[in-house]
Amino acid sequence: MNIIETHSLGKSYGTTKALHDCNLAIPEGHVAALVGPNGAGKSTLLNLAVGLAAPTSGELSVLGGYRAGSLPALDGIGFVAQDTPLYKNLSAADMLHLTRNLNRHFDQAYAEARLAELGIPQKRKAGKLSGGQQAQLALTLALARRPRLLVLDEPVAMLDPIARHDFMATVLTAATDDGVSVLLSSHVLAELERVADYLIMMSLGRIQVAGEVDDLLAGHRVLTGPTAEAGRYDERTVVHVRGGDAQAHLLVRSTADDPVPRGWEAHPVGLEELALAYLREPGAAALPGPVPSWDADPAEMTR
Amino acid sequence: MTALTTMSASTLVKESADLRPLPWRRMAWVTWRQHRTPLIGVVALTGALALCLLIVGLQLHHAYAAAIACHPANSAACTATVAHFNGIGNFLTNGLLFLVVPPLIGAFVGAPLLAREFEAGTFRYAWSQGFGRWRWTLAKLVALGVVVAVASGTLSVLASWYYRPYFASGNQSLSLTTFNPLNPVLFEQRGVAFAAWTLAAFAIGALAGVLIRRVVPAIVTTLAVCGALTFATGGWLRMHYLTPLVTRGLNVPGASRIVSQWGSRGGRVVFTGPPTFPIYQQYCPAQAGLGKGGGAGSGNPLQCLAQHGFTFWTSYQPASRFWAFQWIEGGWLLALSVLLLAVTVWLVRRRAV
Repeated sequence: MNIIETHSLGKSYGTTKALHDCNLAIPEGHVAALVGPNGAGKSTLLNLAVGLAAPTSGELSVLGGYRAGSLPALDGIGFVAQDTPLYKNLSAADMLHLTRNLNRHFDQAYAEARLAELGIPQKRKAGKLSGGQQAQLALTLALARRPRLLVLDEPVAMLDPIARHDFMATVLTAATDDGVSVLLSSHVLAELERVADYLIMMSLGRIQVAGEVDDLLAGHRVLTGPTAEAGRYDERTVVHVRGGDAQAHLLVRSTADDPVPRGWEAHPVGLEELALAYLREPGAAALPGPVPSWDADPAEMTR
Repeated sequence: MTALTTMSASTLVKESADLRPLPWRRMAWVTWRQHRTPLIGVVALTGALALCLLIVGLQLHHAYAAAIACHPANSAACTATVAHFNGIGNFLTNGLLFLVVPPLIGAFVGAPLLAREFEAGTFRYAWSQGFGRWRWTLAKLVALGVVVAVASGTLSVLASWYYRPYFASGNQSLSLTTFNPLNPVLFEQRGVAFAAWTLAAFAIGALAGVLIRRVVPAIVTTLAVCGALTFATGGWLRMHYLTPLVTRGLNVPGASRIVSQWGSRGGRVVFTGPPTFPIYQQYCPAQAGLGKGGGAGSGNPLQCLAQHGFTFWTSYQPASRFWAFQWIEGGWLLALSVLLLAVTVWLVRRRAV
């Protein structure tokens, strides 16, 4: 089952294309990270997935074929929006009560145990909690609904390193112990290596890369060789060139079995390095499936 | 290369027929908890005004009862009771205090309802819960709309009772103060109009909130729109709910409200309103006191104009149409409210985020 499946999905705000011809199929059971620079369309995609926005073109279905925003979709998706909005004048206990009233399932015991564990006083107003506690409260509300999919929009962007670590630990526990699928957008590349096993990279409103982390790492290598010869390498498979005076480092799409040119060395690539390379090359794409990617005219890819 | 599953050409989207929506009663606590401050404010405001009406009204009714029960009517004692009743003028008499209630409710209950969610970003929380966004909106709008309409309806029942002495039929023969039931301000707060105005103001506020998405601008807009609508209705629209009656002359029967006056000569309208200065100057300067010698003028200038072939006309709305006008006003305001609330829910449902 695909927790999210899109087909030629597009979203425009006036004349601005926030999302363009987006094809995705994220299978169940992953912690999927959505990575891209500001304005790449990450929030737009997440808003579409939870039904807060409607697509301008194309199709989107969630949880194995439900319309985003339909009752079963709302029922099965827990969403923590950017900056974790809560009603500031309501106490933590009131937020639990509110969420329980607004949902079919709500695990009150779990939520209360989580708050106790986190040291969040139930009587304290949400607006008086620290940033980390607010994020944890919002996450607790989402998880107590026992969702099949947890969607997090920049959940740790505003948090200090400890709060960030604790937050991600909660997410990982939910994913591994309860089998919740997770889709999270993030700027923080360092976190991803630890939590994500599925990566989606976006730039300029398009999907650049989508796939399981292990497959992506196996499908890319860093080649190191003389800078003078860098231009001779088949440019269609080169994602990014990092050149020194003598030595150039090329991130290329190739597997460990592919032959390495004479005078060059091949190394495996890390997730952060891979993500950085794609972030630096907004025009590059490595998309499998029905989407034309590296077979397409290079000029079209960079448009 | 990746685990991306093969995609069919067209994604099949299941519909949600197998899942029943959550029961509406779940929204009762939610609405109360989130809006109890403005709700308590509404109850406090209408309660305080109701208390004023009750306390001052008892004195007023007491004075009125004394005035009409007094016998013989032309005795000095009775003249004194009538003077006492006529002399009662307090902060409630002109009714202006009530005129601000619907706009205030619209601005402070209606406008922030959705504007605050947008401003704080909490709509992203509220609308991704299992209840569903348009049902969440509808439940809140209906619950709060009913509460504010009932609160203001209760207040207007008390106001109707309070002002009743001023509208009694025998007042004029006893020289007791009489108000015109169709006059603006007093008309709005009696009958069904007051509750309808409150509901309409609430609906205007809610729509302003979803369109403007900022609390303070939405409040200001609501006050401005409600004010403009009240003035336009009282000053012009209400006098045209039914075709005005027309009578010859400048006097109208009873407590009717004059819509317009004009004069004609030889079948042509020569002036609108009461006779104008140039008309008097041209035809009847002496009678109007505009002669060379000046002075108080001699005789009846209108009679003089009539002798010159002028006819005066007055169109008016008789006071007996009060209830017809109440239902017309209540009706269109209710229709407007339902329309605006429906547009608000539709805008939320349309997912224009």
